[in-house]
Amino acid sequence: MASGIKDKVVILGMGCSKFGERWDMSPADLMSEAFEEGLADAGIEKGQIQMAWFGAGIDASNVGSSAMPLSIALRLPNIPVTKVENMCATGTEAFRGAVYAVASGACDIALALGVEKLKDVGYGGLPQRTRGVENDMYWPNLSAPGAFAQLASGYRAKYGIEKADLKRAMAHISVKSHANGAKNPKAHLQREITEEQAINAPYIAEPIGLFDCCGVSDGAACAIVCTPEIARALGKADLVSVKALQLAASNGEEAGFSKWDGSYLQTTRVAAQNAYNEAGISKPREEIDMTEVHDCFSITELVTMEDLQLSDEGQAVWDVLNGDFDADGRIPCQIDGGLKCFGHPIGASGMRMIYENYLQFHGRAGKRQLKDPRLALNHNLGGFPHQNICSISIIGRYE
Amino acid sequence: MSGITAYGAYIPRTRLLKSAIADANDWFDASLRGLAKGERSVCNWDEDTITMAVEAGQDCLSALGTASVTSLYLASTTLPFLDRQNSVVASQALNLGSSLRTMDVAASQRAATSALISMLEAGVSGKGNALLLASEHRRSKCGSRAEMLWGDGAAAIAVGNEDVIAEYLGSETYVTDFVDHYRGEDSTIDYEWEERWIRDEGYMKSVPLAVSRLLEKTGVKASEIAHFVLASDQARTPAAVAKAIGIAADAVADNHIGGIGVTGVAHPVLLLTSVLEKAKAGDLILLTGFGQGTDAVLLRATDAIAGKRPKTGFGGALARRREDTNYNKFLSFNNLVDREVGKRGELDKQSYLAAMYRRKDLLTGFIGGKCRSCGTVQIPKEKYCVNPECGALDSQDDHPMANAKGRVMTWTADRLTFDWNPPAYFGLVEFEGGGRLMMDFTEVEPGGMDTGVEVSLHFRIRQFDNQRGFRKYFWKATPVQQ
Repeated sequence: MASGIKDKVVILGMGCSKFGERWDMSPADLMSEAFEEGLADAGIEKGQIQMAWFGAGIDASNVGSSAMPLSIALRLPNIPVTKVENMCATGTEAFRGAVYAVASGACDIALALGVEKLKDVGYGGLPQRTRGVENDMYWPNLSAPGAFAQLASGYRAKYGIEKADLKRAMAHISVKSHANGAKNPKAHLQREITEEQAINAPYIAEPIGLFDCCGVSDGAACAIVCTPEIARALGKADLVSVKALQLAASNGEEAGFSKWDGSYLQTTRVAAQNAYNEAGISKPREEIDMTEVHDCFSITELVTMEDLQLSDEGQAVWDVLNGDFDADGRIPCQIDGGLKCFGHPIGASGMRMIYENYLQFHGRAGKRQLKDPRLALNHNLGGFPHQNICSISIIGRYE
Repeated sequence: MSGITAYGAYIPRTRLLKSAIADANDWFDASLRGLAKGERSVCNWDEDTITMAVEAGQDCLSALGTASVTSLYLASTTLPFLDRQNSVVASQALNLGSSLRTMDVAASQRAATSALISMLEAGVSGKGNALLLASEHRRSKCGSRAEMLWGDGAAAIAVGNEDVIAEYLGSETYVTDFVDHYRGEDSTIDYEWEERWIRDEGYMKSVPLAVSRLLEKTGVKASEIAHFVLASDQARTPAAVAKAIGIAADAVADNHIGGIGVTGVAHPVLLLTSVLEKAKAGDLILLTGFGQGTDAVLLRATDAIAGKRPKTGFGGALARRREDTNYNKFLSFNNLVDREVGKRGELDKQSYLAAMYRRKDLLTGFIGGKCRSCGTVQIPKEKYCVNPECGALDSQDDHPMANAKGRVMTWTADRLTFDWNPPAYFGLVEFEGGGRLMMDFTEVEPGGMDTGVEVSLHFRIRQFDNQRGFRKYFWKATPVQQ
């Protein structure tokens, strides 16, 4: 029986670039910005890093393939570097690789860095790209909002929710994230919005309107990890450790077999339960203090509250409207602004979430600091509701 | 007895009001206003000669039942491929198997009637049927008379020896190199000569010549003809020709210029379906085709005609309409304007022919799989069964699903992604009997989509690869009740 990753690896240092439309910054510039912060935070020299995992989600308009873009950007001394890509779960995948390397004893100190340069394509939204030679022949040209808007139709149909009620809950989610993002100097979007603005914005993909969509941003984030013993030997106290790292990938069942009803994310349910087991969490609503979930669209965040067992099935819409996940609610969600306002540079997002956990645990979150959080859950979803990859990380104080 | 055994029709739903064409163009040519009565059929952006032919073919097969099709002819002057047999694409979309004769017939407005005569004269062996698909996606210049009078459409006719609904009595062809219009190899638009000359020297001379020979040969009097089909965009010419021959005025088939427009090669066959739909047993039907001479075919309706109707037919296709007044959209769909499509429309659409061939059963035939171990129906058909309780390897038999009914599970109207007719409607469709697929929708009316809506499947253009002159097809879902 595997013992899991709980408390085997701690975070030595973290860095995160400013997210946004970084017109003047190359991918290498963004990597350097995050890395220099992380390295200074860890208090080590570049030469002490023994292995690295590099995440970037969208190659064509971005950094290119293989380990080389990271190795060259940071002038790493010919250490092993592994490139990972798992759509929007990419950042967490890079983190997972580094954490597992340390846990296995293959190295003492490892770097995980995720980056994405999305604003070089000349238009808004995610870059239009191929889904593979065969898929392109029969898949709809579904955009990300087009894919996730369908969650709303599936959810409404299952629970008989009125269009207007769901739209109001979706608006509440975005208003909340904008309020949080306004307090985050690194966030892409730092402006508050009103519920009215969110509801009345033009449709991108019905019922998803402009303010239901997350920011499309340039950015990078990194983590330097090691064992608790090495962190202590380097003079670190108040350690933050990894409690669980789980990944669930669709196998075509939701898209092709008549069981899934389109109202939830099957992989999130699987990954969440596995993560709770790995972290030894039996009552997530009581034990988890904050979440950073994959709010690519407001409806995704809403449904995810149920998939993470933080709301009862069919109740998330009312819990959201009740303010349960607001900054002062029972489990604050996206206290840093989330994908919605911090922004969503694909390959960096998973690491950005952990960065916020890390700041919160160390009391370094400025105006948005929560009161004494101890356990945080992060959730990424790559792909579409009907076929996707879900990654979940649970991070907490090392006690 | 040999003759016609079944028929089917297809008319694109979009009907552009002719007043919209006149509104946009009468500043240049005031005479267009006089033609601006009624409406014309217009292909959606994802329809072409092949997709309309498939629709008409499906309609015809709905009446033919399980009878086999041993040959398929596709007649058109607007075939999307000059070298790739278009009829083969249609035959595979209709799932007609791999052992039948196929042929494209083109290059004249009487392509379809000539093909029909060849089929009737060649005969069909045993219980088989020969299937004629006539289809036309017409091209005309902006602000032209043709734009006002023409329409898009398709029709299908099956020929065989069993359960004949219209017996073949004989045919005649008069051939002469009369060039009323032409289209050279480098052009997509016709060049026409004067209307009055075409009437006097063309229709009025050529049609009576062929018809009189046929009537003489078959011993039939002109006055006995119950239905006379002459396709023409000259509103009064068919009646004038009928009068000259001695055919009763009420026998002249309506050309539906004000409801459909003249659908080129498809029109004589489409009008024939309109006639077959109302013909009574014993009625004599005279079908003509005009173009570099005249084809004439004489048929007699049998007792079987009343009981053998297609699912949609001419009347159904004519009634299934969506009024449109957007002339700019019509220009855009027909590539008559240089449209801004946005950067998302610039994505390379390379056609990977090897992969396309590998996937042809799915792409063209909409053939899924049914698991022999657990019975689960699934599409696409893959190596392992999709049922998580089964997962058997290589366990699926081919399972054609193009006629399956479906229901919408999840859906959206996407305004971000590139589409020739935004918003792009798509979603997850659950099929009756099993299987589901995330697929494009087409012909969705505003407000016509929701979870639970029943859909039918239609063979449509999925994508144009304009860089390489290719187009790709796949099946799309359309709400049944709208």
